[in-house]
Amino acid sequence: MIKKIFVSSYLGLLLVMLYAPILIVIVFSFTESKVLGNWTGFSLKLYSSIFHGGVQHSLTSALWNTLIIGLSAAFVSTLLGTMAAIGIYNLKLRQQRAIQMVNTIPILNPDIITAISLFLLFVSLGISQGYTTVILAHIAFCTPYVVLSVLPRLRRMDPNLYEAALDLGATPFLALVKIMLPELRPGMISGFILAFTLSIDDFVVTLFTIGNEGLETLSTYIYADARRGGLTPEIRSLSAIIFITVLALLIIINKRATKMKL
Amino acid sequence: MGRRRNWTIPYILFLALFVLVPLILIIFYAFTNNEGQFSLSNFGKFFKQPEALNTLIYSVIIAFITTLLCLLLGYPVAYILSKMESRKARMLVMLFILPMWINFLIRTLATVALFDFLKLPLGEGALIFGMVYNFLPFMIYPIYNILQKTDKSLIEAAQDLGANPRQVFLKTVLPLSLPGISSGIIMVFMPVISTFAIAELLTINNIKLFGTTLQENIYYGMWNYGAALSLIMLVFVGITSLLQSNGSAQAAEEGGLI
Repeated sequence: MIKKIFVSSYLGLLLVMLYAPILIVIVFSFTESKVLGNWTGFSLKLYSSIFHGGVQHSLTSALWNTLIIGLSAAFVSTLLGTMAAIGIYNLKLRQQRAIQMVNTIPILNPDIITAISLFLLFVSLGISQGYTTVILAHIAFCTPYVVLSVLPRLRRMDPNLYEAALDLGATPFLALVKIMLPELRPGMISGFILAFTLSIDDFVVTLFTIGNEGLETLSTYIYADARRGGLTPEIRSLSAIIFITVLALLIIINKRATKMKL
Repeated sequence: MGRRRNWTIPYILFLALFVLVPLILIIFYAFTNNEGQFSLSNFGKFFKQPEALNTLIYSVIIAFITTLLCLLLGYPVAYILSKMESRKARMLVMLFILPMWINFLIRTLATVALFDFLKLPLGEGALIFGMVYNFLPFMIYPIYNILQKTDKSLIEAAQDLGANPRQVFLKTVLPLSLPGISSGIIMVFMPVISTFAIAELLTINNIKLFGTTLQENIYYGMWNYGAALSLIMLVFVGITSLLQSNGSAQAAEEGGLI
């Protein structure tokens, strides 16, 4: 009994530590004060002003840029990574190992190294930095994760199913669509989600590849804000919305997963 | 399905252009001077001017403390979770990972607010708290994953053979979870050394880590020196990943969070 209390209070304490900062952001999103941590009465102004644009136009456009970059990078990485995984699966073991080794480089590299190396690439090629370079850079560090989430599904697949489809007269393309893709779908979905998450959360690689034409994502916007000494108050309400949305999504996914298991 | 082999070609080209060539460029810039001639002056500067070297050493120390704290705090969590009924455990694992979905800069600024709120001073203590706070989930998740997959019959066998709980843990559970521990260490140690922005925000610009040194050099146009520092960092990464060559892909896969 004592052990049980000790165990749950330990977990509870750590969770409090992990959530305290987020809670502060959420609580102070309901007050207008400019400084985080200063309560000046309950207000929903920070929520309404995100959507009214105008004053916070740059924050809204940063949010849009983040989403557009995240979705494009996730989409291309999923496509490229799935194709690569199918190809890798059909290679000889030695070649498989070689590609997988290169595939893990972007994962093991600290993001600042990835960022600097890509910066040097774009500078050397004389490509002006902007939307395209950010998306390319994000594809570069997201695709390896897609490959890693699709490959295990291929390995678990029964190869005879595919062969059987061919024997029964399906064209290779039809067999791919009807047999292989349904098997790979869960891996592709988790790869996509992972890529999207990595992309919208990225800061360092984005900072180095975004150029200085005034393009901002949420991360670079917040960084510039923090360097100027203050945090745009609307960031608090925006973070609260993002957090609640993710929480709701995760609960729904979890509910559905347990239901499907039952 | 032989012909699908060709499907790797786009990705191989992509990897070559966006992973290998950029790394070669780092090496190229590191060994040349401003005029593009071969030179070792960048490395000479690193060893002669103590600033970058000191920052690197300091970063390694901070990373070591952070990793140790994450391990000490995270292992019990992973262990407790792995012994729970699986539905409850999954829920709790999610609770531990969920904060990661808030942008880390916002989380860091919130930590600053928390310290202000509790009237605690910003500085080294805040820095270590912020690092542990940011990286703890990366330690818990891979260890939990391994512990949860551990064959329970091995633990029962140890008990049947008369091991007391302490022996069971030290001789069976701990050794079996070593791959998870090393994944966790990889996911925490190197990223802490290379973070930038977190340290500045938590110490009001008083302390910087190696990541900041790299960023500043590139930002102020000292590409060659910045590249040389990056190469030094890369050597570090190479050594740590060679130390557990097999575990690295697994680390990445398991560190992938959800």
